[in-house]
Amino acid sequence: MRKSSELEAVHIRTSRIRDEDILCCATLRNELDRLPYFLKYYRELGIGHFLIVDNGSDDGSTEYLAQQADVSLWSTGASYKAARFGMDWMNRLLSRYGHNHWTLTVDPDEFFVYPFCDSRDLRALTHWLDASSIRSFSAMLLDLYPRAAVGETRYVPGQDPVAATGWFDAGNYTIKRNELYGNLWIQGGVRARTLFTEDPYRAPALNKIPLVKWHRRNVYVSSTHSLLPRGLNRVYDEWGGEKASGVLLHTKFLDVFETKAREEIDRQQHYADGFEYRAYADRLRQRPSFWCDMSERYSGWQQLDSLGLMSRGNWA
Amino acid sequence: MSVGFVMLVHGDVARAGQVARHLAAQGAPVVIHLDKRMSEAEIAPLRRRLTGMERVVFSERHACEWGSWGLTRATQEAAALLLRRFAGVDRVFLTSGACMPLRPVAELEAFLKDHPDTDFIESASTADVPWAVGGLHDERFKFFFPVSWKKRRGLFDAAVRLQRRLGLRRTLPDGLVPHMGSQWWCLTRETLTRILTDPRRERFDRFFRWVWIPDESYFQSLARRHARKLQSRSLTLTKFDFQGKPHIFYDDHFELLRDSGFFFARKIWPGAEALYARFLSAKPPLARPERESPGRVARVFDRARARRTEGRPGLYMQSSFPHGFLNAQKTPGPYAVFSGFDDVFPEFQDWAARSAGQHAHGHLFAPNRAEFAGGGRVYDGALSDNARLRDYNPKAFLTNVLWNAQERPHSFLHGPEDKQDIADFFAQDARAHVFVITGAWAISLCATGQTAQELRTQAAWLQKTEARFLDRLHNRDTQAQIHIWTLAEFLARPMDRLQGVLEDIATPQLRRLTEVPRLADLSRLPQFLQDLKNMGMHPYLTGDFAEGMAEVVTDAERITAAGNG
Repeated sequence: MRKSSELEAVHIRTSRIRDEDILCCATLRNELDRLPYFLKYYRELGIGHFLIVDNGSDDGSTEYLAQQADVSLWSTGASYKAARFGMDWMNRLLSRYGHNHWTLTVDPDEFFVYPFCDSRDLRALTHWLDASSIRSFSAMLLDLYPRAAVGETRYVPGQDPVAATGWFDAGNYTIKRNELYGNLWIQGGVRARTLFTEDPYRAPALNKIPLVKWHRRNVYVSSTHSLLPRGLNRVYDEWGGEKASGVLLHTKFLDVFETKAREEIDRQQHYADGFEYRAYADRLRQRPSFWCDMSERYSGWQQLDSLGLMSRGNWA
Repeated sequence: MSVGFVMLVHGDVARAGQVARHLAAQGAPVVIHLDKRMSEAEIAPLRRRLTGMERVVFSERHACEWGSWGLTRATQEAAALLLRRFAGVDRVFLTSGACMPLRPVAELEAFLKDHPDTDFIESASTADVPWAVGGLHDERFKFFFPVSWKKRRGLFDAAVRLQRRLGLRRTLPDGLVPHMGSQWWCLTRETLTRILTDPRRERFDRFFRWVWIPDESYFQSLARRHARKLQSRSLTLTKFDFQGKPHIFYDDHFELLRDSGFFFARKIWPGAEALYARFLSAKPPLARPERESPGRVARVFDRARARRTEGRPGLYMQSSFPHGFLNAQKTPGPYAVFSGFDDVFPEFQDWAARSAGQHAHGHLFAPNRAEFAGGGRVYDGALSDNARLRDYNPKAFLTNVLWNAQERPHSFLHGPEDKQDIADFFAQDARAHVFVITGAWAISLCATGQTAQELRTQAAWLQKTEARFLDRLHNRDTQAQIHIWTLAEFLARPMDRLQGVLEDIATPQLRRLTEVPRLADLSRLPQFLQDLKNMGMHPYLTGDFAEGMAEVVTDAERITAAGNG
C-alpha cells in the first residue's frame, strides 16, 4: 500500500469507464514519440479506456496524455525498480479499476496481435474468451528489428513502428516450465542470438500473459510474465493440443532505442542492475545489425500462426 | 407456401430486433419469445423498434434456463400462437435472436414448396448414435434433471452420480422413441399441430420436464411420431466446438456462410457489422452462390477442433507445451541419427544427402558448434550454431531444427565425442531412427597417426561414453527404432547394412543402394586394436575381429573399388 501511495493523480477520468469497456494499462517514461501511434492502435483494436502511470516524463508525454479523453493518468517520481519494475503500480490500478473487466497490460512499444485481429476486434476476442470460460490469454513477446543496423533509420512520430522494424527471429525459442507458478518460461529470439550467447540463462523472458479478465484477487507476480492465482498461468495445453494465443510485437529496436538505452543505464532501473541494458549499450556502440540471412519479414498474424509462434486454437 | 418464424431471444435484443424486422418486412410473421430473465429495461428498445409491425407478435414470457424445460415450453406456446394468429402459415421455422438469415424468405419458401409435406428436423436415434458432447447420452432420458447445470454444477453432478449408483431408469412413455438433434427446425403446420394436440401430450410433457436439454429432444422425438416425410437435417447452420458450445460467426465468415447452402446460421457475433449489413440489406438481394460448398464449413471447423485437441505434432510454443510421458509425438516427422557412420565412411554426410535423400546435418551436437546441413552459421528460423545457446536447452534446439524445416526428412551425425544430453530425447521419440556402429570411433583414432600409447586414455573415454549411450538406448522407455551393430558386424556385410538403412529411411524411389560411399582406410586398424588390447584397454565395443580381420579389410577394399568404379 505504501508504494501505491506514491501514485499521484494527474487527470482521472475513470468515471467514464463503462461496464463492458476493455481497459489498457501501461507504465511509461518519455514516450512522446511513440504515444500517438500507440493510442491510435489500441483505440482501433477496441480499448475503451487507458490507465497510465507516467514515471517522471519530462518530454511532454504527461501533457499529451492529460489531453486524451479516454486516458486516466497518474504520475510518480518514485523508483521504477523499487516498484518492482512498475508492477506494483499496475496491480494497484488493476485491483481498483479492473475488477470484472478484460484488461490488457502492455508497454508503449508492444503491439498486441492475435488470430483474426485484422477482422475481429478485442471485443470479439474477449466475448469468445468469456463464452469459452477462458480468463487469461497469452501473447509472447516477439522482438522486431530493422533490416539496417539499429540507429540508422529515423522514426517519425505517428509512423507504424511495426513497419519501421519489420523483421524477427522465427524459430529459435526455448521453453521451460516454472514449477512454482505453473507458467512457461520462454527465452530466445534476436536478443538471445546476438547479445546473450555467452550466458543464455540471462536472456530476457518472453512469455507474457497481458490479457486477463481481471478479478480483484488477481495479481501480477513478475512483470506480466506470471500471475496469481496460478490457474491464470495455464495458458498452454499439456497434451499436445493448442490453446489460442497471440503475440506482442516488440518494437523496442527503433532508432530512438539508442538514447533510451543510455538513459536507462544511467538510471540503473532495469532488471539485474541494468545488465541487459549494459549488454545492449556495448553492442550498440558498434551499431550492430540484428538482421541475418534467416531473419523473417513480418507479414501478419497468419504468418505467426503458421510458424507456430501463436495459435488460433479452436477459434475459427 | 408461407413460412412463419418463432424467435427465441435471450440477449442482445438489438440484433434480434433487427432480424425480426428484416423477416417481417419480407411478409413473414414472427412470434418473439423474450426470456423472462431479461429485465424490462433490457427489452424496451426491442419493443420500441418493433412497434407498429403487425406481423410481429410477442408470446408469453418464461424463464429459459439453459438445458431446462422452460425453453421447450416457450417454444410450444410461441408456435401455438403463431399457428393460431396466422392462419396462412403452413411452415414454422424456429430461430433465435442470435440467428442470421442467409437467404431471402422467398427463396426459403420456394425451397419448401419443392419439398411438400416435409419436416426439416435433425433427429437421430439415441439408441444408435452416440451424440458424444456433454458426456450424458441416453442418461438424458433415464434420469431426472431437476437442477441447473450452469448454476449448480456440483449438485447437478451429484444428482447424476446418485442416480447412476441407484441404477435408476425412468420409464419411457409408450409411443416415444428418444431422438436428439439440433434445436433449430422447420416443421409443417400439420406435424406441429399434431405434436401440440397429441392426446398423450400431457404425459410426454411430464416426462420431458425432467429430461436434460429437452430442447434438443422434445420436438426431435415427437416429430418422429407424427411426421409424414421427415428429412433429418437442420436448415440452420450450427457448428459445435470440442466443448460442445456453438462456434461463433464473424465478418470474415461472410463467404463461408453465403456459400454454405443453409438458410440460417447461428451464432453470430453481435458486433459483426459487416455480416448484418450484407445479409440484412434488402437491396440488392444477395445473388445465389455459384456453387454451394457446405463441405468447406465442415473443413474449417473440423480443423479448429483438431488444432485444439491434437495440435501440430512436434510444435512446442507458448500455448502448447506437451511434456512428460504423455507426449507421444515429440517431433514433426521421422528423422535419422547416425552414430559411427562417418568414422566408417568419411563422406557419409554427403552420401546421406545424395543417396538417401536426407536433409543431412553434420554433428548437430559437436562440442564447439552445431554443424547444420549446408554449413551455415545460422539455420532456418534464425537458429544459431552457437554451442552455448544450443546446450542451454538441447531439446528445444533439436525440436527447433526439425520444426523449422519440417518439409524435409532430417538426419544428423552423433558420436561419443558429441554432447550427450540430447540422447534422452531422441531415444524416447518414436519418430527417430537411431543407427549405431559401436566402436567405430577406433577408426578415426587410428587415422590420427598417433600411437595406441598416446590415444589410450581418449579411447577409454570414448568407449565409456558410448557404453552409456548404448545403455540409454536399451532403456525400457525407448520409443525410437534402434539398429545397433558392432564395427565388426557392420564391416562383415557393409553393403547389406547400408541397404537396410535405405529401406528404413529413404523414399521408395531411393530404396535401392546404387552408390557406395568411400570406406575409410582400415589397413592399420587390426594392429591398432591389438596395441590397445596389449595395453589393457580392450576396445570391446568394436566387436570380435579375432577371426578374419584380414578378410574384412580385403572385402572393404573391394567395396571401395566398386564404389569408386
